[in-house]
Amino acid sequence: MSGLAKNGPLIETRGLTKSFGPKQVLAGVDLAVGQGESLCVIGQSGTGKSILLKCILGLVEPDAGEVLWQGQRLTPARRRDFLSGFGMLFQGAALFDSLTVWQNVGFRLRQRMSDARARAIAVEKLARVGLGPETADLMPAELSGGMAKRAALARAIADDPQVIFFDEPTTGLDPIRARRINELIRGIVTETGATAITITHDMQSVRAIGDRVALLQDGRIAWDGPVARMAAADPLKAFLGAE
Amino acid sequence: MKPVRWLGRLALRLTRGIGAVALFTGRGLFGLHPFHGRALLAQFIQIGWLSLPVVGLTALFTGAALALQIHSGGARFQAGDVVPAIVAIGMVRELGPVLGGLMVAARVASSIAAEIGTMKVTEQIDALVTLSTDPMRWLVTPRLWAGFLTVPLLVGVGDIIGIMGGWIVGTQSLGFTSAAYLSNSWAYLEQWDVLSGLIKGAAFGLIVAVSGCWFGMRSDRGAAGVGRATKSAVVAAAVGILAANFLLTGAFFQ
Repeated sequence: MSGLAKNGPLIETRGLTKSFGPKQVLAGVDLAVGQGESLCVIGQSGTGKSILLKCILGLVEPDAGEVLWQGQRLTPARRRDFLSGFGMLFQGAALFDSLTVWQNVGFRLRQRMSDARARAIAVEKLARVGLGPETADLMPAELSGGMAKRAALARAIADDPQVIFFDEPTTGLDPIRARRINELIRGIVTETGATAITITHDMQSVRAIGDRVALLQDGRIAWDGPVARMAAADPLKAFLGAE
Repeated sequence: MKPVRWLGRLALRLTRGIGAVALFTGRGLFGLHPFHGRALLAQFIQIGWLSLPVVGLTALFTGAALALQIHSGGARFQAGDVVPAIVAIGMVRELGPVLGGLMVAARVASSIAAEIGTMKVTEQIDALVTLSTDPMRWLVTPRLWAGFLTVPLLVGVGDIIGIMGGWIVGTQSLGFTSAAYLSNSWAYLEQWDVLSGLIKGAAFGLIVAVSGCWFGMRSDRGAAGVGRATKSAVVAAAVGILAANFLLTGAFFQ
């Protein structure tokens, strides 16, 4: 039984709409994800997947609709609590250029514990994503694309989040590194029991990471179901055919 | 009617713009909780300490050139002796703060706008939000306070170096003795001359930091967007300093 069926939705969007000038990107998105579930949102480039994610996070204000967290509307006042319980892996890693790798990974930890303790946890999380302690004192500019992505993944899991968002986790990586990142994400999600929401157009990622998949098309969720059933889903055929 | 409508729109846009910048500055200055001490210290070093060489050199050469100019101009009406006093007053009231402010604008406004603009383009500012950190408090507040507090110090140091520039020229090529030059410098200098220059420095430091942060935070996507933000920040800071200098000079000395 999925997390959604078992416990009800942890995060839910209702009728989210967003336009930029005359272009409507989201036209009423209804989506729910349950505790411990791994949901992949797929769609072609420019269909608003990242905007949907940013609306959930509060980085972009939707024109209409609402985001619910644990059944309650996510107001600006509740957003800080919400944000403190999740991690995010950005498409381009988004490591802070002016901080070392361990300071990036331990960014949130340093706000409430000593540097020595935060560093120890950061090194532990770096090891979890396959980076040795020698990378801890490097600057982000000294990392390769794959290493930066792993360091960003370590930052996303540094505070043992309840929910992890992944925005195009394999973009810009070669197939071998992409597979390794997918395996890491799957392993981390399984091991921590965290809820995962992944935005991607990489079907290898969907198969490796997801329990459930939702297709975003023309600003709406055109199909939503288990990964095992997506091959037989009509709305997904064109998308899968383009693989 | 068209020119009237155009003027009306321009006035509205200008008012909205000034209001937005004022709110941004207020949020930046008073967003001290939580206090990011390490970020503030880093900006003190970046804006204050690392600007010292360029401000010092500017002041040195300006003071030296000013001594030559006053001596040459003053000789026309037998007033060459006023060189030390005019160099001192000119440096502390006007040239120290204005040229120091402009050099800091060139060095710091551009670097702040480029850094914050790049952070925006590469989603680092979004990453800050997702790490429960307000970008205004982490990025803008330390820079605003560092600009406000360190530029007056730079101006003070620049004033001394500028007077020393005049002293070198005065004693080496204009025939002043060291003691006479220095005593003439201090004799006509009033406390308010120095204080007004330091107040100007604080205002200019704030203008520089606000310009850099404002345009950086509003940077468009892509490298071109960061380039535009950087250019706009330097231009706005330089024009802002000159305009503020005129207003403050009028307020202090009229």
